[in-house]
Amino acid sequence: MQFLQQMINGITIGAFYSLVALGYTMVYGVLKLINFAHGDLFMWGAYLGLTALNFVLGLFVQTTAWAIVPAVIIVMTTVALAGAVVERVAYRPLRSAGRLAPVISALGVAFILESLARNVYGASWKTYPAGITPTGGITVAGGVRIGVMQIIVLAVSFLLMGALYLFIQRTRIGTAMRAVSLDHDTSRLMGIDVNRIITVVFLIGPGLGGVAGMIVALYYGSFDFTLGWVFGLKAFIAAILGGIGNIPGAMLGGMLLGIIETLGSGYLSPQWKDVIAYVILILILIFRPTGLLGERVAEKV
Amino acid sequence: MVSLLTRLRKLNALWWQLVLLVLAIVLPLFLGDYHRSVLWRTGIYVMLGLGLNIILGYAGLFQLGHAAFYALGAYTTALLNLHFDVPILLTFPASVIVAGFFGYVITRPILHLRGDYLCIVTIAFGEVVRLALVNNLFGITGGANGLSGIDRPSLFGMVFRKPIYHYYLMLLFLVITIFAVKRLENSRLGRAWMYVRENEVAAEAMGIDTTRVKLLAFVLGSGWAGLAGALYAGKITVISPDLSKFLESVIMFSIVVLGGTGSIPGVFVGTLGMITLPEISRPLKAWRDAWLGFVMVIMMIIRPEGLWPSHRVRLEIQEENEEALPAPAAGT
Repeated sequence: MQFLQQMINGITIGAFYSLVALGYTMVYGVLKLINFAHGDLFMWGAYLGLTALNFVLGLFVQTTAWAIVPAVIIVMTTVALAGAVVERVAYRPLRSAGRLAPVISALGVAFILESLARNVYGASWKTYPAGITPTGGITVAGGVRIGVMQIIVLAVSFLLMGALYLFIQRTRIGTAMRAVSLDHDTSRLMGIDVNRIITVVFLIGPGLGGVAGMIVALYYGSFDFTLGWVFGLKAFIAAILGGIGNIPGAMLGGMLLGIIETLGSGYLSPQWKDVIAYVILILILIFRPTGLLGERVAEKV
Repeated sequence: MVSLLTRLRKLNALWWQLVLLVLAIVLPLFLGDYHRSVLWRTGIYVMLGLGLNIILGYAGLFQLGHAAFYALGAYTTALLNLHFDVPILLTFPASVIVAGFFGYVITRPILHLRGDYLCIVTIAFGEVVRLALVNNLFGITGGANGLSGIDRPSLFGMVFRKPIYHYYLMLLFLVITIFAVKRLENSRLGRAWMYVRENEVAAEAMGIDTTRVKLLAFVLGSGWAGLAGALYAGKITVISPDLSKFLESVIMFSIVVLGGTGSIPGVFVGTLGMITLPEISRPLKAWRDAWLGFVMVIMMIIRPEGLWPSHRVRLEIQEENEEALPAPAAGT
């Protein structure tokens, strides 16, 4: 029974990782860039969620969980726009500058965002307003408990991931995105506005990341400015695990990482939880750099 | 005539170095203890930067976990001193060897990775080292609080208590480091590193054992970080796993990038920008991370070769620009 309970908790955490990993993997797909700033955009989702919630709650008479809905929309748009701005300012000028320069630039943006959050909101732990998060849960056979919040998290995550998958597979922009991830020049010849597609990617990825940030903060109740770094790196590991650049891979990798981590901390030791994740990353990169579902080759001569 | 000119220029460079050395020796005498400590810190980071410069600058390997070796050096000194009462100065060789050894063990399996993948693995290693120290590996690392009560270095019964002594100790090792790195840069090995950085396949074809050369870069660079860590432990006497924080690695990385990869004066310039400046100006200290990030982004956009690029890198970038010009139409 403990095993089942761990699985459920693991899948919930895995859903967060998947949502954030999608941002990494989409950007890597079209730009071959590890967007280190993504984790911090995700963290800004949590902070902006707090501000947005307080703002929305100010409009309502009673504290109600429905305040989350407009807050999520505010967060999603703001973080998505921030993502697009980051791309425009820090990555686009470096499009032709090799592969190291954009990575360093991305690290730089990550530090700016983190420092900004710490100086604006303070270094202390932040908590979401009380009485906002739906509590309660259902107990299934044998004492396995599923929280209402867990159900919401899973529902929202799967909904978003499914929508994204359909968007990429079925729409014109999605098709263009896949084309751009294969070859920029050929896409341009086929009449695709590559810059516009990249902007769309930088709207969708951080948008999802921002929502994930807010849900994570709601789920755990409190967070601080290191959230972006810790969660961001984990989500990145998830993206690598599934095969970076591969969208279903990011979803699978996130789930797997969440489950492995939860089982590891349940059966081995919670202290070494993070180490397990890093060791997985190192092993994957040494033995199968393409990830579980990836076709991309890490080393190109 | 040309040879005379070059000789003059060389003499000039030597003069400049002498002037700087004299300045480095005399200047702290006129400063307060706080600024002496700032200078000491600057020197430590120059050392770390020079070590990383071997890996990142010469060999072109993206090491983003350099701080782990800094921490390993500091912990080696601390453990030897606390458990076996080894005098601090005698632990230095051990720190260098331990850090260099870990540099070998850790990088051996990941040497075939390139670019951003290597970046990620080294980040993960840095974090694993930090977490292992936090989790009190083998019960000897003191957990999240780290170790304290480390002796100060002493020489012939004289204990190094004041910052100024530590400063001169650091300066001694720094001068040795600079001398060694400069010799390395122009050695057969140094040229092999740059060859590997520019074109690994061609280097291999020319008979360079790329694996060995890359490993040597990691071992030497890590060893130097271990030395810096040992100096740190001797002065501060309290060490914690925070030494291996990702932020530290990024600071070292950006020191090298800001100054210009592969350039020794560049490391000095980078350290001034990343360590000394935020240390002496308060507003910059609160916003140091943002400043760090800002510098990284701006530098990449307007001056990717760094503030004081090495001669070779400068030439390369000029060449690349020339290549980028539209080529004359074929057949004309």
